Amino acid sequence: MSAMTDVMPAPRARGGIGGSVRDSLVVARRNLIRMARIPEMILFGVIQPVMFVVLFTYVFGGAINIPGAPAGSASAYKEFLMAGIFAQTVTFATAGAGAGIADDMHKGLIDRFRSLPMARGAVLTGRTLADSVQTAITLLVLAIVALLVGWRTHENIGKVLFGFLLLLLLGYAFSWIGALIGLSVRTPEAATSGGLIWLFPLTFISNAFVPVNGMPKFLQYIAEWNPFSATVMAARELFGNTIDGIPKSVTGAWPMEHPVWASLLWSIVIIVVFRTLAVRKYRSATA
Amino acid sequence: MPGAIYAEGLVKTFGDVTALDGVDLDVPEGTVLGLLGPNGAGKTTTVRVLTTLLQPDRGTAVVAGIDVLKHPNEVRRSIGLSGQFAAVDEYLTGRENLQMVGQLYQLNGKAAKARAGELLDRFNLADAADRPAKTYSGGMRRRLDLAAALVVSPPVMFMDEPTTGLDPRNRQQLWEVIQELVAGGTTLLLTTQYLEEADRLAHDICVVDHGKVIARGSSDQLKARTGGERVEVVVHQSDQIAPARDVLAGFGKGEVAIEEHTRRLTVPVTGGAKLLAEVIRELDTRGVEIDDIGLRRPTLDDVFISLTGHAAEAPPEEDDEGVDATPETRKEAAK
Repeated sequence: MSAMTDVMPAPRARGGIGGSVRDSLVVARRNLIRMARIPEMILFGVIQPVMFVVLFTYVFGGAINIPGAPAGSASAYKEFLMAGIFAQTVTFATAGAGAGIADDMHKGLIDRFRSLPMARGAVLTGRTLADSVQTAITLLVLAIVALLVGWRTHENIGKVLFGFLLLLLLGYAFSWIGALIGLSVRTPEAATSGGLIWLFPLTFISNAFVPVNGMPKFLQYIAEWNPFSATVMAARELFGNTIDGIPKSVTGAWPMEHPVWASLLWSIVIIVVFRTLAVRKYRSATA
Repeated sequence: MPGAIYAEGLVKTFGDVTALDGVDLDVPEGTVLGLLGPNGAGKTTTVRVLTTLLQPDRGTAVVAGIDVLKHPNEVRRSIGLSGQFAAVDEYLTGRENLQMVGQLYQLNGKAAKARAGELLDRFNLADAADRPAKTYSGGMRRRLDLAAALVVSPPVMFMDEPTTGLDPRNRQQLWEVIQELVAGGTTLLLTTQYLEEADRLAHDICVVDHGKVIARGSSDQLKARTGGERVEVVVHQSDQIAPARDVLAGFGKGEVAIEEHTRRLTVPVTGGAKLLAEVIRELDTRGVEIDDIGLRRPTLDDVFISLTGHAAEAPPEEDDEGVDATPETRKEAAK
């Protein structure tokens, strides 16, 4: 071992947005390298929604009649369904972000990061950005599988891509919820289940898998104001997958009348609220 | 002028548990302070407060001349932290880990890369530099963790039980690295449960128990405080115990302790080696034949017991794995 270099403190941190973006990208890069070294994580992340696409299409597809659509028309349900499965898939980013951050806490990495002169939100931002890359990959595979089983869009490519963008934004928003869960629980296992259990009622009490007009009245209100439903409806519209016989809204809820705006607004509100809470939690995090 | 690490009246409670109950520290620049104490004494909490990871309820702390509570981010530029659990990303290679930490210390990409290369060489990790850290042995991980804390050569270092769970060879190696570091001018605060470690590395020792510093001083000062030296004699035959006792009683400053079955006599003394020579001459004159004689100085273990009323608990070694392995072993046996 050679002689020690003289002691010197680190260079002064670049403050402001520039420093924050740079630090976030350094952490995002770290998470992407991890992702590439643990390909089975992406693989399992893709397999589950692919199974949903196949099962819903072939098992339920023939049995579920969409009111207003030609009876027994599997293709109508197929097209109705895909936006719902895509949207449900992006919300699973919650569990990934939560488990990842809980794991970092557990292993002492969060302590290491917190002792470094880096931007405060960067560890979490880097994580959620990397999760968005994973979500994008999953969506791409899922879209291909959906096309293979007969899903088609009926709008121009710009609108379709915008639909996917809204889905990605929802996933990004939900990964901030996951970040807060990951910082609040003690183990990665708890973060995974804590990130998943509430997703089932959230995604099923919505317009994702069945039209809301078959639900009891009080559930209809919940479903139509559900932030998740707004993105499903927006994507459905932008893909041209709405069904003529189904009214946009049965309760007259504003988000269902203006789904694209509602989707954008909901996602931004979730990001602002949960980012604020998560960063505050991070600053006082104790392993 | 306060030292490179200075704390006054640190108090921290977690619910009903008082983790810190008024801790004062002052570590002069370029020296090593050993924070010694059993599990739960408040060592780690102290380190977490000083490294900006935890807000104390009360008290002040100044590290490298900067107020920890007022300017935590400035403090972070000047410190390195090496934890009890090697905090490296196991899926990143050693090089990638060090580069990432360098960039987060705000080095530019090029400087971080160069620094990572230097450190890998210095910590004998060059051969394993491009392997994921999860393939590293415990000792290698610990060295990587320490290297990560040294990326910017911070003037003040904190090490929380740096050698816990390491085998003797790796512990020895890490000690050498730490000594080299301190020779380079770094101020170091080190927590440990190994009395030998504090004895070997620290200029000053603070003994902590129940969130309080209960004694401080150099290793020698603490030992002197505990009751100085003892002369220990082992006689050749049992019938010589009585005359030997008479001799020792003449020189001793207290009661002569006798272990019949080992024919060992011990007496507290003052006067060191000169006195020992006199004892030997006197025993010889009386015709007492001895197997062994020596001047025994108290160990830090003795210090610890006399201060806290209980022994320093042995830290958990890496025998957890042995416990985990038991069902496997049973399975093997069943086959």
